Amino acid sequence: MIRLRKMDTILHNAQRQGRISFYMTHHGEEAIHMGSASALKPQDHIFAQYREAGSLMWRGFSLEQFCNQCFSNDLDLGKGRQMPVHYGCRALNYHTVSSPLGTQITQAVGAAYKFKLDAMANPKKEESAISIVYFGDGAASTVDFHSACNFAATLKTPMIFFCRNNGYAISTPVEDQYAGDGIISRAPGYGMAGIRVDGNDIFAVHAAVAKARKLALETSAPVMIEAMTYRQGHHSTSDDSSRYRDTDEVKEASDVADPMVRFDRFLKHFGWMDDNTVASIEDEERIAVLRAMEAAEARPDPKLATMFDDVYHEKPPHLIRQEEDLKRHLKKYKIPH
Amino acid sequence: MMPRSRLISILRKNGLHANQLLTGSTKAAPAWQPNAAVKNDVRPFSAVAQEQRPHSDTPSTVDYSHLYSTAYHPHSPEPNYPDLGPTSKLNLFTAINSAMQTAMQTDPTAIMFGEDVSFGGVFRCSQNLREEFGEERVFNTPLSENGIAGMAVGYASAGGTSIGEIQFGDYIFPAIDQIVNEMAKFRFRSGNQWNCGGVTLRAPCGAVGHGALYHSQSPEAYLAHTPGLVVVMPRGPRCAKGLLLSAIRSKDPVVFLEPKILYRSAVEEVPDADYEIPLGKAEIIRPGNDVTIVGWGAQLRTLQAACDLAAKEGISCELIDLRTILPWDSDCIKTSVKKTGKLIVSHEAPITCGFGAEVVATLQQECFFHLEAPIQRVCGYDTPFGLVFEKHYLPDEKKNLDAIITVMEFSL
Repeated sequence: MIRLRKMDTILHNAQRQGRISFYMTHHGEEAIHMGSASALKPQDHIFAQYREAGSLMWRGFSLEQFCNQCFSNDLDLGKGRQMPVHYGCRALNYHTVSSPLGTQITQAVGAAYKFKLDAMANPKKEESAISIVYFGDGAASTVDFHSACNFAATLKTPMIFFCRNNGYAISTPVEDQYAGDGIISRAPGYGMAGIRVDGNDIFAVHAAVAKARKLALETSAPVMIEAMTYRQGHHSTSDDSSRYRDTDEVKEASDVADPMVRFDRFLKHFGWMDDNTVASIEDEERIAVLRAMEAAEARPDPKLATMFDDVYHEKPPHLIRQEEDLKRHLKKYKIPH
Repeated sequence: MMPRSRLISILRKNGLHANQLLTGSTKAAPAWQPNAAVKNDVRPFSAVAQEQRPHSDTPSTVDYSHLYSTAYHPHSPEPNYPDLGPTSKLNLFTAINSAMQTAMQTDPTAIMFGEDVSFGGVFRCSQNLREEFGEERVFNTPLSENGIAGMAVGYASAGGTSIGEIQFGDYIFPAIDQIVNEMAKFRFRSGNQWNCGGVTLRAPCGAVGHGALYHSQSPEAYLAHTPGLVVVMPRGPRCAKGLLLSAIRSKDPVVFLEPKILYRSAVEEVPDADYEIPLGKAEIIRPGNDVTIVGWGAQLRTLQAACDLAAKEGISCELIDLRTILPWDSDCIKTSVKKTGKLIVSHEAPITCGFGAEVVATLQQECFFHLEAPIQRVCGYDTPFGLVFEKHYLPDEKKNLDAIITVMEFSL
C-alpha cells in the first residue's frame, strides 16, 4: 500500500511537471486493491476499470513496468499505444484497461463462462478460476453493468462483481448517480448474492473476497461486493476536485478513514510495527519509485515500425500500403522519426 | 457514341420507356452492329474496343437454374471452385448450420449463444446444435445485444471460440460500443498480449420483401469504418459455409452478415466437407470485358440478372463479389477496372457513405487514367427503409442495366 501511495504521489507530480501526459491516483482505495487481490488465485482473471493498479501491483507488476506504460517507452507491454494508467498484463491475468466505462463488466461474464466450462472438464478444484470485475459507482449505471448482472446470474457464471463505491464519478456525487440503496441493493434484484463491506478495512475486504470466491466456485454463480470507500484524490490529473467538494470532507477521509492510517494503527496496537520502520519503508519505496521513473523516462519510444502492427493478427495489404505511404512521406521531407 | 435509337430500343425492350435521353458523349465513335447474341458468347461492345482489349476467355456457364427457387433472383453460378467431394442441396440457413456444426465438432471450446438459439433460432440457423453439443455449449442469453457482444469478447479473451448471434442486423447498434471500442481494438491496445480473435458475431441483414425500417437494414458501412474488425457477407449457401468456417477460425474478430432473403430461397450444392474460403479476397463470379460491376450479398443475384440483360445486347460484364467488406480486396477490382475501364458499384444500403463510396474513392484514385466513364453507384436511397415502396427503393436489375448503358455510352 505504501508503494502504491508513493508511486501515485510521484507520478501525479510528474504529470504536473509535464513529464507524463496523464495520471490517476488511488488515494484512499489501497485496501480495496490489496485486500481483494490477496484473496484471489493467480489463475483468476482481473477485469479492471482504471483505479485498481494496486491489484496489479499485488500480483507482481513492477514499478519499472508501471512507469514504462506511463512513459510510453519501448519496454511498455502495450507498445506505447494507450494513455498512462491503461495497464494490462497477460502473464498476470490482468486484462488491459480500456477507457470506455463498464465494457469490462460484460466481458468478465464471458471469461467466467469459459472458466465454468473449464471446471466441468477439469476436476482439480485448486485449478478452478473465477473472473473478478472492478467498477465504480458511476460505471454501475452503464448499460453493460445491467446486462452483465442479468447474464451472470441467469447463466450462472462463477465470478465476483466488485464495486468500488468511492462517492464520486468525476464531479458527480452518488446522490446524482442513483436513488436506490447503493449498488448492492441491485444484486438480489438480478438474482445474485451480495455483500456490502467497509472498503477501508483491508481485512474486511480480504475476508469478503475470499468468501465470495469460494461461494462463486461452489455454486457456480456470481457474487457482488460493494466496498464503501472515499476517493481522496482528484478523478485524474485533468480534474480539480476542489471545484465541487469541500476540502474538509477530503481531510476527514484522509486523516480518519484512510485505510493506511487504520492499518498502521492496527499494526502498532499489536506492536508489529513502529514509526521508524514505517518511515524507512516509505523512504525505500519512494527511492524505488524515483529510480524506476528516471529509468523509464530515459528510455526511447517504441520503434515506428510497430505503428501498424497488431491491428489484425496478420498485417493486411491496405495497412502495408499505408505504412509504405508514411515511410515515403517521412523520407521525402526528411522528417526525423 | 451509341446511336440514340439503339439506346432507346434497348431500354424499351427491358420495360424502361425513357422520355428523355441519357447524357451522351460528344466524341465520335465507330458505329457498332448488334450481334445475334448466343447464350454463352459475349462480344466486346465496340469494334475499336475489340482491338484494344484481349478477348475474354469465354466461360462455358453451366446452367444452375434448376437448383434455385424462383422466389428471388435465381441465378448465381459458382465458377472455379475446386472439387470438394460429395455435396448436398442446402439453403442458406442449412449451410450456416453446417458450418457451425463443423466448427463446433472440430473445436471443443466453441460455443454458440444469442436470443432464441436454443430451439433452433428464428431463422433455423442453430437447429439441432443444442441436441448435438449440449446446453452448456448452445444456449439462450437474455435479451441484450451489448451483453451478447461483451460476453463473446470476454469468452474469446479467455481462450475460447465464441459464436454470438444478433437476431437482426438492425439491432446490432446496442453492441456497437463493444464491437468498435473493444472487439476491434482488443489486440492493438494490449500490445498483442491479449486478443479476442475467437469472436464471431453473426447477424441477418438485407431486404426481405416486408421487413421495413427495422428488419431490412444492411449495416456493413457502419462496421467497415472500424480498423481491427473483419466484416464478411456471403452471397449464397456454398460460399457461406466456407466463409463462416474461415470467420469462426480466424484469429481476428469477425462480424458475419447473412442476407436473410436467401435463408430459404437460395439453394445450392454445398460440399459436405470441411472447407474454408479465404477472407479478404474478392471473387470474380462472371468474367467479362466491357464493364466491371461490384457488389456483395444478395445484391449479386440482382446484378447477375442485370448482366444477363446486358449480355443479350452484346455487353460483356465482369461481376465481382467482394465477399469480405473489411479488409476489402481492392487489388482484384483494380485489375478488373484496368481491363474494362468502367465501374459500377451496387448495394442495398443507402448511397451516402455506403461502402460503395469507399470502393469508388479508392478506384478513382488508383485507376483514374484507366477510366473511360464516371464510376456509377446504384444503391438504396437516403431514406429509412420504408415498407410500401420497397420495390422502388431497391437498386434492381433495371436500374443497374440503366447504369451499364450509361457507362457504355461514355466509352469509345
